[in-house]
Amino acid sequence: MPNIKTLAQREEKQVRFTPGHTLCAGCAEPMVVRTVLNAIPDPVVVANATGCLEVASSRYPGSAWNVPWIHVAFENAAAVIAGLEAAYKALKRAGKITRTIRFVAFAGDGGTYDIGLQALSGTLERGHDILYVCINNEAYMNTGVQRSSATPRCAAATTSPVGEEIPGKPQDRKDLTEIVVSHHIPYVAQASVSNLIDLANKVERSLQFTGPKFFNVLATCPLGWRTPRASAIDQAKLAVETRYWPLYEVVEGKYRITYKPKKPLPVEEWLKTQGRFRHLFRDEKGKERIAEFQAAVDRHWEELVKKEQCLSGVQEQG
Amino acid sequence: MTARELWAGNIAIAEGALAAGVDFYAGYPITPSSEIMEHLARALPKRGGVFFQAEDEIAAIFSLIGASWAGARAMTATSGPGFSLMQEGLGIAIMTETPLVVVDVMRLGPGTGQASRAGQGDLMQARWGRHGDQHLVVLAPATAQDCFDLTVLAVNTAEKLRVPVVILSDELIAHTWEPVKLKEQEERWERPRPRSQEPPFGADHPARIPPMPPLGKGFDVSVTGSTHDAWGVRATSDPKIHRQLVERLGQKILAHRVEFTVYEAHGVEEAEVGIVAFGSAARSALAAQHLLAQQGIRAGVVVLKTLWPLPEEPMEELARRVQALLVPELNLGQLRLDVERLAAGRCPVIGLSKVGGGLPIYPSEIAAKVQEVVR
Repeated sequence: MPNIKTLAQREEKQVRFTPGHTLCAGCAEPMVVRTVLNAIPDPVVVANATGCLEVASSRYPGSAWNVPWIHVAFENAAAVIAGLEAAYKALKRAGKITRTIRFVAFAGDGGTYDIGLQALSGTLERGHDILYVCINNEAYMNTGVQRSSATPRCAAATTSPVGEEIPGKPQDRKDLTEIVVSHHIPYVAQASVSNLIDLANKVERSLQFTGPKFFNVLATCPLGWRTPRASAIDQAKLAVETRYWPLYEVVEGKYRITYKPKKPLPVEEWLKTQGRFRHLFRDEKGKERIAEFQAAVDRHWEELVKKEQCLSGVQEQG
Repeated sequence: MTARELWAGNIAIAEGALAAGVDFYAGYPITPSSEIMEHLARALPKRGGVFFQAEDEIAAIFSLIGASWAGARAMTATSGPGFSLMQEGLGIAIMTETPLVVVDVMRLGPGTGQASRAGQGDLMQARWGRHGDQHLVVLAPATAQDCFDLTVLAVNTAEKLRVPVVILSDELIAHTWEPVKLKEQEERWERPRPRSQEPPFGADHPARIPPMPPLGKGFDVSVTGSTHDAWGVRATSDPKIHRQLVERLGQKILAHRVEFTVYEAHGVEEAEVGIVAFGSAARSALAAQHLLAQQGIRAGVVVLKTLWPLPEEPMEELARRVQALLVPELNLGQLRLDVERLAAGRCPVIGLSKVGGGLPIYPSEIAAKVQEVVR
């Protein structure tokens, strides 16, 4: 399993996603892409849904991809990767390809939680041998910060503006990781750009399984979250340390929380650093909403701990 | 009393929707249309309207069908890739005679094309993008003022004729800021309502629009996208019912075309050469007319704002008078095909097609082409 040194060595050994892309300063996405691709020893083929990563990595006349890369549209990265993998399997059966090739789809939260969910579900259900990575920055950042079903409650977005009627987004975010778990695929993980070793470990572990492997990776967007550009890692770390974004994996149905904050911080610590939640810190009503937010985080964490206890297959300690 | 506002085309469309009484909007973000959605996300809830962001364009348009049958004046906006996804819903809206408005702020295709660049490549798609024989109404603004006025007309036409109306804007119109004059009150056309149990999908005369009963108000209603009789009962193997329905759906639009036909004719009486255009290309055509006048060439310009059904008379008339008709458009020649059909050999029709990659057709390009023709 890699440590920080191996991650650095991998960066020197192979550059599958190069500098020179036009993602914003402080964007978390390239770190996620490089860490995932470098954790795969085999040749890879990448399918990329429409989104920030796609437009900023393939700007004329260059490309940041040192691997075969296909972009077609917004809703269909999972379907495209399924087609690639199915054709590869057929060619392998026919003896026309002999080596192992890995098929990786990258899509944002809009392209996965919303418009891409149908294609994702079909690909998971059919059991294609692929890796699907949702780079989750919690809104449609590429088109100018519209809310998605990954946007947390109370976050301001251009289509869930803060006003007298609504406190930012009125709804809870969808728990996509659990939706994917319900497809009973071999490997599901939640990860964060703040914990790259954890992410690399998860990708490596997943490769031993045949079938769909899914990763939901929290990736700070300084533009949409309205946070300082130099703070992407700190922001994501706070999301993990406050238990807002638990790091866990579900391996063949068995839950394991891969990082448990020893002294979890109140979720307020994560909220208060982001402009999209600024309105929660203005008045009493905001305080109530933060308390509700905290209660939801606590509830989800407890559920997760219970799932780990019930479904870990390991006896609870002490 | 009139007020004046400075608006970009997209804002003018959103404001036009509000002035026309749109109270339901569902959409999905896409460049270069997102400002319409963002503007209405802020404005609609304050007026007691409903805004929601759908999970994709398919959900957006079908939620409009639901909202419209519940009695709302419903609208959405999108661009090429989203418009492609909405085609199924548009076909169902035509068949179920559901009033709704779809704004397509054109970008460059095919595929995801160029997202933030203007084109006019969706003209044929707007008319014929669905399977099956059909008519709907297509309007095309050339200015921010048009964006406002045509949105009001689109909502009114959709309601009165029980038909989906498409507004074809483009990125140049969408993001150009211009003054817009406002009336104190916009005219409002309502959809026909039944007085008692009347057939919601049948009419004794092709010009008559069958009354649309709101769901949940005591009327027995069966709504289906399959072939149906006057009461909405599915009739999927009756040749006569199918023929009558499909013919009537087209006839009702053609019978009322004068009510939503909008075009401008500039200097056509004295013209030696005619120019026919819509949207951003029409603005270049009007500028070219001035350039040509300086050189002593009299060009007449027809700016089409209703693109379907096409106002045929002004073009037939122009074709009789001029040496040639020029059709500048930001595509490979879609409007030209219709102008050729209408000119019917009376004069040559010359296309000036430009797949500009976001560049407009420049007035000098039109003027140069006209000079070539006149010479």
